[in-house]
Order: sequence, then structure tokens, then C-alpha cells
Amino acid sequence: MPETPTPKRPRDDEPPPLSLIAVLLRLGIIGLVSLLVTAAFLYAGGWLSPDRLTPVKVVDRFEQVDGISAGFRRNHAKGLCFAGVFQSNGQGLRVSRASVFDMGEVPVVGRFALAGGQPYLPDTPQMVRSMAVRFMPADGEDWRTGMNDIPVFPVSTPEAFYEQLAVFAPDPATGKPDPARMADFFARHPESAHAIELIKARAVSSGFHNDTFNSLDAFRFVDAEGKSVAVRWSMVPDAPFEAAAAAPGADKNYLFEDLIARIGQQPVQFHLVVTIGQPGDPTNDATVAWPPERERIDVGTLSIHAVEGEDVGACRDVNFDPLVLPAGIEPSDDPLLSARSAVYSRSFWRRAGESKDPSAVTTPAADKGA
Amino acid sequence: MAAAHRFPAFSRFLHWLMAVLVLAMLFIGAGMTASIGDYHWLLTIHRPLGLAILILVAIRLINRLLNPPPPLPAAMPGWQRFAAKASHWLLYILMFALPIVGWAMLSAGPYPVVVWGSFVLPPILPQDAMLFATLRELHRILAYLLFLTFLAHLGAALLHALIFRDSVFQSMASWRATPPWR
Repeated sequence: MPETPTPKRPRDDEPPPLSLIAVLLRLGIIGLVSLLVTAAFLYAGGWLSPDRLTPVKVVDRFEQVDGISAGFRRNHAKGLCFAGVFQSNGQGLRVSRASVFDMGEVPVVGRFALAGGQPYLPDTPQMVRSMAVRFMPADGEDWRTGMNDIPVFPVSTPEAFYEQLAVFAPDPATGKPDPARMADFFARHPESAHAIELIKARAVSSGFHNDTFNSLDAFRFVDAEGKSVAVRWSMVPDAPFEAAAAAPGADKNYLFEDLIARIGQQPVQFHLVVTIGQPGDPTNDATVAWPPERERIDVGTLSIHAVEGEDVGACRDVNFDPLVLPAGIEPSDDPLLSARSAVYSRSFWRRAGESKDPSAVTTPAADKGA
Repeated sequence: MAAAHRFPAFSRFLHWLMAVLVLAMLFIGAGMTASIGDYHWLLTIHRPLGLAILILVAIRLINRLLNPPPPLPAAMPGWQRFAAKASHWLLYILMFALPIVGWAMLSAGPYPVVVWGSFVLPPILPQDAMLFATLRELHRILAYLLFLTFLAHLGAALLHALIFRDSVFQSMASWRATPPWR
């Protein structure tokens, strides 16, 4: 038996009462914790940093510059769907374990397009052309890539891209970009000034069928042993190069109409050519070309056997997100890649929920069906 | 006696594991929507984490049915009992709904539902752009709802711990059999 009396202890579920000050203090702690968690969540979601560059801002700027064409892509809005087959020759397996490079055929859906957010502009020779491809191997490992017919990309960072969208937009007063703003931009971005010179100096082909389309961004191929190399890739046409006429054709869709007519006669073919980077070749700067002597591997043939207007084609509702990649192909440290993925996703969400206008370019089959 | 006032050890383990995963997921999701440079690596975590949460919440539901939670304190007012039960079931519903809506949304996209490397989940919906847009919006709204429900859950837990000082907070938080004041 204890000699000293134990202090009076409260019963279970009846802790000692709190003073009013203690209650208020504790309520304050609870409020503070809730507030901090909420603030952290708002910070993560960008609500507390209005200056942060977000995907929404980039898509909004496209809409400010080009207007909104409901249902259309915010960039590369004018386009044509195609269907085809990628015949892999197995050579890609030397550098990547992606199943798309196993020898054999992979069905493909793709899209030819013109850069810019306005789907009804007439075709001109100098407009940047693009080819987007979705490889659909049977194992469900999609590979999507969007390529342009320019040798390098005009900017190296998402921030510069965002700025450049506004700088190169036509001034409403003159209909042309403001030369002073352009000069200022190029002074701060010499890499862009150089890249634009290369882009302007490119040889422009007469059509989509004899054009070369480049990934521009670098990626990494990973082989079966886990060895990783930096790569860029291109779709190189079978058709010989023929220079574009100086003036656009009579039809406002003449580039697309020419392609529709050609594919109506016979399949148009491209080779997927992978350029292997060497240590030191920049992977984080799409404004810089790699030396021309780099090893190039022809990994297979893309045969395009059908084209369809976007109103009936399978490409309209595909987001050609460049980071939809199979195992064996990985992003490089190019900051444009994550930005493209984020912005394309936001743009896709917006246009997916909009009612769809008819395609800017239609194919004969669609005309008959209408 | 004391053991009856605590959740079973496996229940507590699942609760705290999922607390960390779900909270991380809410922040990753919010971060993705507002990120340019961090978008891709956040997305590569978002999908496997979502699948992990879906599997864990299924295990947790089965565990809850097999090992029911301890009774709420006898003195707890009726409205508090209702709020506790309703918010818990709402948390369960949202922990199921968010990953499933995410999976369905990617299916309708159509995006390959890449979990990791070449592990790709099959689509659970056919391609439908308008449906994608609706489900994407639903994913966003449910995520906000989950954050608010989590906030209410956290606030209520702290009220029990610091103000009411009943057995509720200790039933999940304590690793000791007896609360310290007993």
C-alpha cells in the first residue's frame, strides 16, 4: 500500500478541463494548421504566384494571337488526317528496345498540318508544315511524335516561346510584327536570331509529299541492355526534292489538295531516320543543329495510303503529345518537351469539349458523305 | 479495454500510408495543372500513385468490413456521429472515384494509361473527346472536393485531439495502448 496519497486522477474520457485561454489557443493552432495546408495547396496549384508561366497562359496567348476556332487545335489548326503503316526494318533495336522497332508492321494514324492557330488561312509556300504520327503497336504502347519541316526550333525555352508568341504577333495597326519589339527580343535571345536565320534559309519543297519533317527536340533511346543515347529523328521523303514555286497555288488549300490527289493515286512514303547524338551534342537546346556527319539510322518506312478530312478522320481527337512514349524512348533534358506536353494537354482538354466545326480541308469521301 | 478503443494495427498502418499518398497526390495533381517544366515528371508519378491508391483503398474497404473501427465515444452528440460517418464514407467514395475517373478519362482521351515502363493499363472506355472533356472536369472537381474533405477530416481530428480530448484521435494516432493522460 502506498504511503503517500496519489493525486486525484480524472476518469477515462474525462480529461482535465481547459481554461478559456487554453481553448482559444488550441483553436488557433487548429486554424493555423488548416490555413497552412490550404496555402500550400494553393501555392502548388499556382494560385499564389500570378507570374508563374502555366500551360493555361500559353494556350490563352495562342487564343489571343489567333482567335478561337472552336474544336480546332490552338496551333497547327489547319490539317489533314492520314492513315498508314510503319514497316520497321529492325534496325531501331540497335539503339532502342521500343516494341515499335521490332521487325514488322505497325498501324499508324497521323496528320499533316500548317503551323498557326487559324484553320481557314490560305496555304502559302513559306508556312511551316508539320507531320504528326501516332504509332499504335498491338501491345498498347503508343508512340506519338509531332515534327516540323524546319531545321531547328526558333526558341530554346518555354519562357522564350511564350514571349515570342506575342512579339511575332501582327500589330493590329500595321498588320506586321513590331520591328522594335522583335529587335529587342533577338538582342536578348541571340540563339533565336540565329535559329530564325537557319529557318528562313531552308530549302522549301513543293509539297507535303517531298518535305522532310524533324523532331527538333532531342530524346533518349534506351536499348535492351539499358544503354541510353541522345537522338533526334526525321521523316525523310522517298519523293525527290523539288523546290516550291515562289507564289502560292490558285486553290487556297493547294498544298493539301496536291497531297490528296497524290495519295489517291499511290501511297506516299517516308523513311524514319534516327540521328545518333555524340557526347557534347546539345540535347537541351532545340535551336542548335547537330553536326551533319552524325550517324543516321534508317529504322523503317512509313507508307501513307489514305487521307481524310478532320471531320471524318481519326486524327482530330488525338493529342499528339510528344511525351506519349513507349518504354525504350525517353525525354531528354530539353525543357521544351515537358512544356509541349503540358500545353498540348491543356489545349486538347479545351477543344475536346467544344462543338466541332467542319474540317478546314475536306476529302472527296467526306464531300460525298455530307 | 484500451484495445477496443483503438483501430487495429493494420487499419492504422493503411490509414497513415494512404494519408501520405493521398495528400502527396493532391499536391502533385495541383502542381501538374500549373507547371510547365515539372509537368512531365509529376505526371509520371501521378499515374502509378493513382493506381496504388486505388488498390490500397480496395484493400482498406475489405479490411474495414472485416475489422470494424472502434465505437465512437458514448458521449458524442448525434450530429457529430453523423458528420464523422458521412465524411468517412465520402473519403472512401472519393478515394475510389478519383483514380477510376482518371483512368476512364485517359481511356476516352485516348491516351495510353502508362503506369510504369511498358506496364500499360487497358482502356476502360472507348475513345470519345467530349466524354474526355467532361471526365477531365469531373476529375478536377472531385479533387477539390477531396481536398476540402481532407481539410475537414484534419480539422475534426485536431478538435478531438486538442479540445474534446476524447478517445477519437488516439484511436488512430496512438501507437501506445493507453492514452498518456490515463
